[in-house]
Amino acid sequence: MSTHVLADTGVLTGRSLRHILRSPDTIITTAVTPIALMLLFVYVFGGAISTGSPDAYVNYMLPGILLITIASGVAYTAYRLFLDLQGGIFERFQSMPIARSSVLWAHVLTSLAANLASVAVVVAVALAMGFRTGASPAAWLAVAGILVLFTLALTWIAVLAGLSAKTVDGASAFSYPLIFLPFISSAFVPTDSMPGPVAWFAENQPVTSIVDTIRALFAQEPVGTGIWIAMAWLAGILVAGYAFAIAAYRRKAA
Amino acid sequence: MTAARALDPAIRVQGIEKSFKDLQVLRGVGFEVKAGSIFALLGSNGAGKTTLVRILSTLLRPDAGTASVNGFDVGAEPAGVRGSISLGGQFAAVDEVLTGRENLVLVARLRHVKDPGAVADSLLARFDLAEAGDRRAATYSGGMRRRLDIAMSLIGDPPVIFLDEPTTGLDPQARIEVWQTIRQLAGGGTTVLLTTQYLDEAEQLADRIAILHQGTIIQNGTLAELKQLLPPAKVEYVEKQPSLEDVFLALVGDTRKEPR
Repeated sequence: MSTHVLADTGVLTGRSLRHILRSPDTIITTAVTPIALMLLFVYVFGGAISTGSPDAYVNYMLPGILLITIASGVAYTAYRLFLDLQGGIFERFQSMPIARSSVLWAHVLTSLAANLASVAVVVAVALAMGFRTGASPAAWLAVAGILVLFTLALTWIAVLAGLSAKTVDGASAFSYPLIFLPFISSAFVPTDSMPGPVAWFAENQPVTSIVDTIRALFAQEPVGTGIWIAMAWLAGILVAGYAFAIAAYRRKAA
Repeated sequence: MTAARALDPAIRVQGIEKSFKDLQVLRGVGFEVKAGSIFALLGSNGAGKTTLVRILSTLLRPDAGTASVNGFDVGAEPAGVRGSISLGGQFAAVDEVLTGRENLVLVARLRHVKDPGAVADSLLARFDLAEAGDRRAATYSGGMRRRLDIAMSLIGDPPVIFLDEPTTGLDPQARIEVWQTIRQLAGGGTTVLLTTQYLDEAEQLADRIAILHQGTIIQNGTLAELKQLLPPAKVEYVEKQPSLEDVFLALVGDTRKEPR
């Protein structure tokens, strides 16, 4: 349709990144809750939690905190998309000779940039709180790759939410269960301390395999088969989220 | 008005129907708009004006009927239609977070015109927004937003412009500013299709007026033709009272440059 897909996506991404730069509070508020949780767990509950590891508790819980950061950050993606739809600028773009996919991809790339910025803020605070890792550059790269995949997967769910929402509140409400999911996983306490059915759920939901993989990468331990389970979950969520979001977009764009 | 050469009509609409669930909004709409003219689609709220504009700008598919814009079929060649049109008006789709200038540069980049910055600056000057160019659009008055909206629609010189209720919600002075802009556009050869619920707006601006009522065009003609539908004018002596608009404009200082 258009031979300028990449250029148009770049221009539109620049636009929404400018939105974020003009309201940097969205990055800060995304990072504040995970940081508060981190302080709470490390300095209040941490002493009473036995992880069965001699490592500092902040090392144990950082992977889960990073996932919570992203899960709350994608709410802003849905929010920004919803505002574009409401404000009519979306229709202006749709009526212009540009590739329609550019409009969505711009939001997706912006979501990726914003969430990685929030993650960087949280990691910096964790380092100040005593988080240490001897992870190799390759292990860091693997962690970054997993977080990018996780962000993309949740972003497409956010796109779906933003496209189908009727109100601003509805656009971001989808993220609450996503934020809550890490609490019923191995993110904060080992799953074997939980009662039977809860432990079963915790061990078989996606967050646990992702958290365990990131934790192993940071601790320079073998990731085992867990990484493949994590990858399968991420790929599955990504593909399903993408498919549903694109279907919703087609309906919307007629 | 500059006489358009004997070209095909810029917009051709035939038998367009559209329903939303049980509600039939358009029941077989048809008309043609000559290139370079101003065509007003007059109708009350809910008459289906916006639905028709959304169909013509490829945002919505009709249930039945055909339409072409600048020779491109809206169903079969939507990319060609989008390359020929601009959409503006009622919703004043400007990006509030960006400044006026950034809004113009954004559209200029997306339309791949040369030197987006220079295009933006010349439009800011032309639309009397140069001073406000570096302010966020959120701080603009209704009239300024609408002018910015129309300025954004002009980038890339699309031959056809749709303006959906371009003056709804504007104060009288801003309305007159927008009217002047629309006249200039058509003077430059652009085909303008505007929708309005204001009778005086259609009367002031349009070369042809179509009245959309309950989903069909019930009349379509020039102002003179429409006036002939009523019995010939009787001569009566009526004291000429100034209208409230005259009073208001006299008090605040009339910005009209070309009285009609």
